[in-house]
Amino acid sequence: MKLKKDIAISDSGFLFNPSSGDSYTANPIATEILKYMQSGFSNEQIIVSIMESYEVERSTIEKDLFDLESMLSNYKLTR
Amino acid sequence: MKKKEKKIYERPLIRPLNASISNKFGRRTEWLPLTHIDGIPVVDLINEFGSPLFVYSEKKIRDNFMMAKRAFETRYPKIQFAWSYKTCYLNAVCNVYHQMGSWAEVVSGFEYEKALQNGVPGDKIIFNGPDKSKHDLLLAMKNNTLIHIDHFDELYLLTELASSSKSKPRVAIRINMDTGVYPQWDRFGFNYENGQAWEAVNKILMNDALDLVGIHTHIGTFMMTPSAYAVATAKMTELAIQIKKKFNHIITYIDMGGGFASKNTLKGSYYAGADAVPDIGEYAEAITSALLNAGFDRNNLPFLYLETGRALVDDTGFLLGTVLANKRLADGRRATILDFGVNTLFTSFWYDHKISPAQEMGHYAEETILYGPLCMNIDVVRDAISLPPLKPGQHVVAQYVGAYNITQSMQFITFRPAVVMIDREGRSHLIRKRESLDYVQKNEILPSHLKKLNW
Ligand SMILES: Cc1ncc(COP(=O)(O)O)c(C=O)c1O
Repeated sequence: MKLKKDIAISDSGFLFNPSSGDSYTANPIATEILKYMQSGFSNEQIIVSIMESYEVERSTIEKDLFDLESMLSNYKLTR
Repeated sequence: MKKKEKKIYERPLIRPLNASISNKFGRRTEWLPLTHIDGIPVVDLINEFGSPLFVYSEKKIRDNFMMAKRAFETRYPKIQFAWSYKTCYLNAVCNVYHQMGSWAEVVSGFEYEKALQNGVPGDKIIFNGPDKSKHDLLLAMKNNTLIHIDHFDELYLLTELASSSKSKPRVAIRINMDTGVYPQWDRFGFNYENGQAWEAVNKILMNDALDLVGIHTHIGTFMMTPSAYAVATAKMTELAIQIKKKFNHIITYIDMGGGFASKNTLKGSYYAGADAVPDIGEYAEAITSALLNAGFDRNNLPFLYLETGRALVDDTGFLLGTVLANKRLADGRRATILDFGVNTLFTSFWYDHKISPAQEMGHYAEETILYGPLCMNIDVVRDAISLPPLKPGQHVVAQYVGAYNITQSMQFITFRPAVVMIDREGRSHLIRKRESLDYVQKNEILPSHLKKLNW
């Protein structure tokens, strides 16, 4: 899934969508994932990276990533 | 080389920041975890007694009662509380109140027998309500119980029973009235404004079959306005004084019923209950000032009886539960499914219950709908709450659930849960077992022609 190009993401988890003016807040792990997305990681790469640094099972992160993506498209942050 | 330690995982979350002033998704404090109840970890309670689980704090019951008692006794010399059984009639809970000197207030033959079995003397039971059978009335007369007459049919029946038994039952009449709060509870008792109450008094005192010892009212429940009690008390005292004037008959008690609000949040109210509801002292002030200003002879003040229910017990009860699953609804909202629903937490029909995580969580919260496990659309425990992301298997605690849940919860689809009371020394006692198939089916009778199945 690809984020819209012009979305700004701060390290503290603040997101700004300049085309709508809406802002969002993300928790640290979501911020990390959004940054991976911005740098063009595939879902598989994201899952592996998260599993490397967090104590989490594959089934959980898969489910949660899918859920995060549905939220992002719901907020119209994806292209 | 030592492997790098991994970080604790939390579900990734993103939520819009909106600048709107009112946030219908609950309050910051709800995210704060409630990990222990009276010193016992929630998770230990669930491991020992199962989930869901009701928990009562004996300490809190006693503290609340002492506080209410003090609020009234420091303002008026003659106070008697009677525990309103319907609010929670678990025997263990009732007996905590009885140990502290509270009488019993009952509204059915079933509740009456329960109070007697708990060891409450018959003359310390107030028998209210429109539904007393002839059998109930005879038993109550025999036990010298205070019978609160609800309607003329009951008045005639009781007069008849008294005349043929040669005893003179102690009675009061239930009165309803306009206190400026609507809807008016005029279904119960005799109306004050239209003269019905006065007519009932006349009938009783002219006939001499019954001993009119008190007058009773219950102006409503979850009353947010103490001033309504001032109005009601003034009308009650006026009636007592008129009775003295016309019949030279002294009313020994005025029973003001229940109805003080608890710390809960009524659905649709903007402020959290704990911030919005009057303190018990405000109700006490309204009622006792009206009594003291009524013009009674100081040596002959009537007793004030109180049947306070939810305000005493609501915040002493907790419902512990477990997350079953999470879902994303078609419109993007998050839904969390719990192992208790409206069958168990019946009061979620009118309260936005405070529901907190039972373990330490991150600071990010998400707007969530809380569903119960029933396969029904109405099974919504909270329709909008802001909670940290909960994982299946994690626990939550619903707070302020001590009133009207045990008595109104339904055995529907699941068994009703166990109930535990934590005593003042921090020991937990099972006070009601979780229901079982045997228990639920005990009264069923299967006709013999339906016993055999031919597969
Ligand atoms: C006669 C009577 N007394 C006392 C109560 C207890 O009321 P609450 O729980 O609002 O204090 C009720 C409840 O409806 C009642 O009907």
